Amino acid sequence: MPKYMMSVYGPAERNEFGDYESKEAMLQAFADTGAFNEKLEREGYFVFADGLEQATTATVVDGQSGAPVVTDGPYLEAKEYLGGFWVIEAPDLDVALALAAEGSKACRGTVEVRPFQTEESFQRLLDQ
Amino acid sequence: MSDGDAREAIVRAHHEEWTRVVAGLARRFGDLDVAEDAAAEAFAAAVERWPSDGVPANPGGWLTTTATRKAIDRLRRESRREEKHQAAMMIEDPTQPEPVGPVEDDRLRLVFTCCHPALAPDARVALTLRLVGGLTVAEIARAFLVQENTMAQRITRAKAKIKAAHIPYRVPSVADVQKRLAGVLAVVFLVFNEGYLAGEGDDPIRAELTEEAVRLARLLRALLPDDGEVAGLLALMLLTEARRPARLSRSGELVTLDDQDRGAWDRALIGEGHALVRERLAAVAAGAGRPGRYQILAAINAVHTDAPTIRDTDWSQIVALYDQLVAIDPSPIVRLNRAVAVAELDGPEVALAEVDRLAEPLADYHAFQATRAELLRRLGRSAESRAAYDLAIAATGNPAERAYLGRRRDQLGEAH
Repeated sequence: MPKYMMSVYGPAERNEFGDYESKEAMLQAFADTGAFNEKLEREGYFVFADGLEQATTATVVDGQSGAPVVTDGPYLEAKEYLGGFWVIEAPDLDVALALAAEGSKACRGTVEVRPFQTEESFQRLLDQ
Repeated sequence: MSDGDAREAIVRAHHEEWTRVVAGLARRFGDLDVAEDAAAEAFAAAVERWPSDGVPANPGGWLTTTATRKAIDRLRRESRREEKHQAAMMIEDPTQPEPVGPVEDDRLRLVFTCCHPALAPDARVALTLRLVGGLTVAEIARAFLVQENTMAQRITRAKAKIKAAHIPYRVPSVADVQKRLAGVLAVVFLVFNEGYLAGEGDDPIRAELTEEAVRLARLLRALLPDDGEVAGLLALMLLTEARRPARLSRSGELVTLDDQDRGAWDRALIGEGHALVRERLAAVAAGAGRPGRYQILAAINAVHTDAPTIRDTDWSQIVALYDQLVAIDPSPIVRLNRAVAVAELDGPEVALAEVDRLAEPLADYHAFQATRAELLRRLGRSAESRAAYDLAIAATGNPAERAYLGRRRDQLGEAH
């Protein structure tokens, strides 16, 4: 079955309540997201889900030539950074988009849905 | 058989059978690329063979059989490399049939897949014209004034996304079908509008696009005969298309509704459009629910095409219909069009007050400035009218409209 990554973006630095306007809002979003995760598990879509520490904690490593070069910070300068994601299994994009809409509502964020490569698409790549 | 007869049969088969052939192959092989290429090869084979062998008794069957054979040949060639994958694809319908919408027809699946909201709007248009309409990539590129390889890339990318993201080949579930259908109708209407008043380029009207949009709407009507908005969109486009012969002067200038030679309107298209509008009025009277935007726009156009002269137009009816439209779509453009009708009913001063309230969102919109210019002209405010014509001319890319607006502006000088 196809797998999709559902990514949620947010600011590089979070306020004292994560990305939320108040502690109550944060707790409510956590509760709703937890309930959504349980639904994903119950209905057989769930593969993995977690939130990331804020983007300012990221470190970039380039080991392509000689000694690895280590630098502070996210790889790309951007207004918003990946804040967390789900990996789901769904029969097609319509199902994935419906789940993403629920996840977006639960976590109070915009969700990007992107398919993983499949054995078939990887094979096509090798055959070219 | 003459070459001419065979050619005519091929053109007819292309109009009648292309969509069905592509849609059937896409369903069977689960791959739009394979379907498109095999269908194109089958039509190429017809071009080669029908003039000498004769047109087959069942052209659609011949094309389907030939295209299926071409598709299987291609998959066999490829299956040496990807045996397992292709073997799976050869099995009829690899996906479990889902609960589907009102009609089970491969062509409808194809339409919904090409107009999927996960595709960019310009990709939806291009895919629909190529896979549903059967236009060549070169034709689509020409119609939208882009390089052929740009258009080819747009279509290839869209097909690649459909495959990689697993956009399903099916009619949406009953719960989603109305919303998704609205997206399909928007694609068809966009094709029509681009042909009806081309945004740019040397041709003010691109008949190949308006005709194609009408053809697509007829197909949707055949597939979804009970849908009010499908009927409404088809009626709207027929009643608009009917006026095309009167919309350009000999010198290539746009002719507005009040100056059009109504004798040049296409009565057959008007008759067909009016019948659809009557059908929807009867359905609404019988409790079919409130009409959507296309049905209301069709009704407005039916009032216009009913009037033997501009003076006979039932403007109160038109304003009442625009009131209905504003109730479901209070966008500035709808309110602008309502104000144009208000000018005829309540005079230019009332209309201008309405129009000026829309200045914020519509300042750069050519029709807004053109409407203001016209109303100011009627009120004798020549200097302001001239300035508005200048803004309108600067905002339009359509040569026929520019010519018309320029002449109207220059007439101001003569009058004062």
